[in-house]
Amino acid sequence: MNLDFGRIIPNIPFILQGILLTLQFTALSTIFGFLWGTVLSLFKISNITPLTWFSNVYTSIFRGTPLLVQLSLIYYATPQLTGYNISPLEAGVFTFSLNSGAYISETIRGGILAVDRGQGEAAKSLGVPYSMMMWDVILPQAVKNILPALANESINLLKDSTLVSVIGVTDILRRSQIVAAEKFIYFEPILVAALIYYVIVMGLTTGAYALERKLQRSS
Amino acid sequence: MPSNENYNVAVKVNDLHKYFGELQVLKGISNEINKGEVVAIIGPSGSGKSTFLRCMNLLEVPTKGNIYVDGVDITQPKVDIMKIRQNIGMVFQHFHLFPHMTVLENVMYAPIKVKKLSKVEAKQQASALLARVGLESKAQVYPSRLSGGQKQRVAIARSLAMQPEIMLFDEPTSALDPEMVKEVLDVMKGLADSGMTMAIVTHEMGFAKEVADRILFLDEGKLAEDATPDDFFSNPQCDRAKQFLEKML
Repeated sequence: MNLDFGRIIPNIPFILQGILLTLQFTALSTIFGFLWGTVLSLFKISNITPLTWFSNVYTSIFRGTPLLVQLSLIYYATPQLTGYNISPLEAGVFTFSLNSGAYISETIRGGILAVDRGQGEAAKSLGVPYSMMMWDVILPQAVKNILPALANESINLLKDSTLVSVIGVTDILRRSQIVAAEKFIYFEPILVAALIYYVIVMGLTTGAYALERKLQRSS
Repeated sequence: MPSNENYNVAVKVNDLHKYFGELQVLKGISNEINKGEVVAIIGPSGSGKSTFLRCMNLLEVPTKGNIYVDGVDITQPKVDIMKIRQNIGMVFQHFHLFPHMTVLENVMYAPIKVKKLSKVEAKQQASALLARVGLESKAQVYPSRLSGGQKQRVAIARSLAMQPEIMLFDEPTSALDPEMVKEVLDVMKGLADSGMTMAIVTHEMGFAKEVADRILFLDEGKLAEDATPDDFFSNPQCDRAKQFLEKML
């Protein structure tokens, strides 16, 4: 086996340029997925049957079908159905947020249920309305408990973001494939891509630990 | 609808029933708590004491019967229970302080969010209340750093911050180490002396005898006895109360 990174060194900046896109993609999907997941989890624990029903069916569909299928559906079907010419990046963020929301909603629901019932009762007995109780008292404690799971979800999103290369987004993986095709060497550019992903994931992991420790201190 | 039948009544309970599924916990309790009165609710475990107390601010919804707070029937669906609860403080056995807020933030939270007090006002009030329960030095500390007795005193301050007219105590000292019981009871005694209307579920017979104006003895979901502390402790009427007191004293 002879690896020759020398040949692709001039192309490495080109691959690195994908980082911004990948990060942007991950950040947006994590944020929207978290917000959407929070909404779904509140639906799930509500007493309003149609909302519980909706979020349960929703979760079942998004967990029960492959992400790549969802991505293709949204990317190719949106223009056909609505006439809106959705960009690959938009389709990606949209799909990943919807998908991640389904998973996160279960995590957040578990986190909410794990908060001591007494917390809600204490808030209620002070006359605090439901929405404030959830936002100020329950969710902060729930999120703190599920932080490791949320970090996991964000890492998954980062790695799953490689799927968008399928619909032509020039992310890290796509760029390394372009280099590979250009130079007729595959091993080296893809290895570079793998290394970049690994470094970013390590960064995320470290960040998540730091955040966890910080939150642990303040209680 | 406010009734004016008696301005002195803080809480009036009428034929209160509560089921948890098949289990009937309260079997028709009627009573009145006057303004400024301190009522101790005692009885064997499982007698429905806590449930009775928790019905008074609708943490438990009665299956049947009415509860009037300041003349308003809070069991009616139209009633704005959040508004009513602002007027009824509650202290729990396990404190339930908000762990992600400092002591000061715990006490300031509801006045700011619910009563829309300014931060400055809320802070002044909170500091005064913490001083009242002897914990002004702990204002910036998180609850996890406090002892049980300190937590409970903060919880009392937090309830008082809403300036309630009625205070409910659900076994406030039952989760405390023995040496911390007194500091909490002292705060409660001060509160009683200040004229607060209080309903206290407790196992502290000495405290009930000393501070309460009236004892309600519950047994198997019924109000078995309603008497002054002197009468109740020296001359209990029903057999269950006699047995209960023999075990307690």
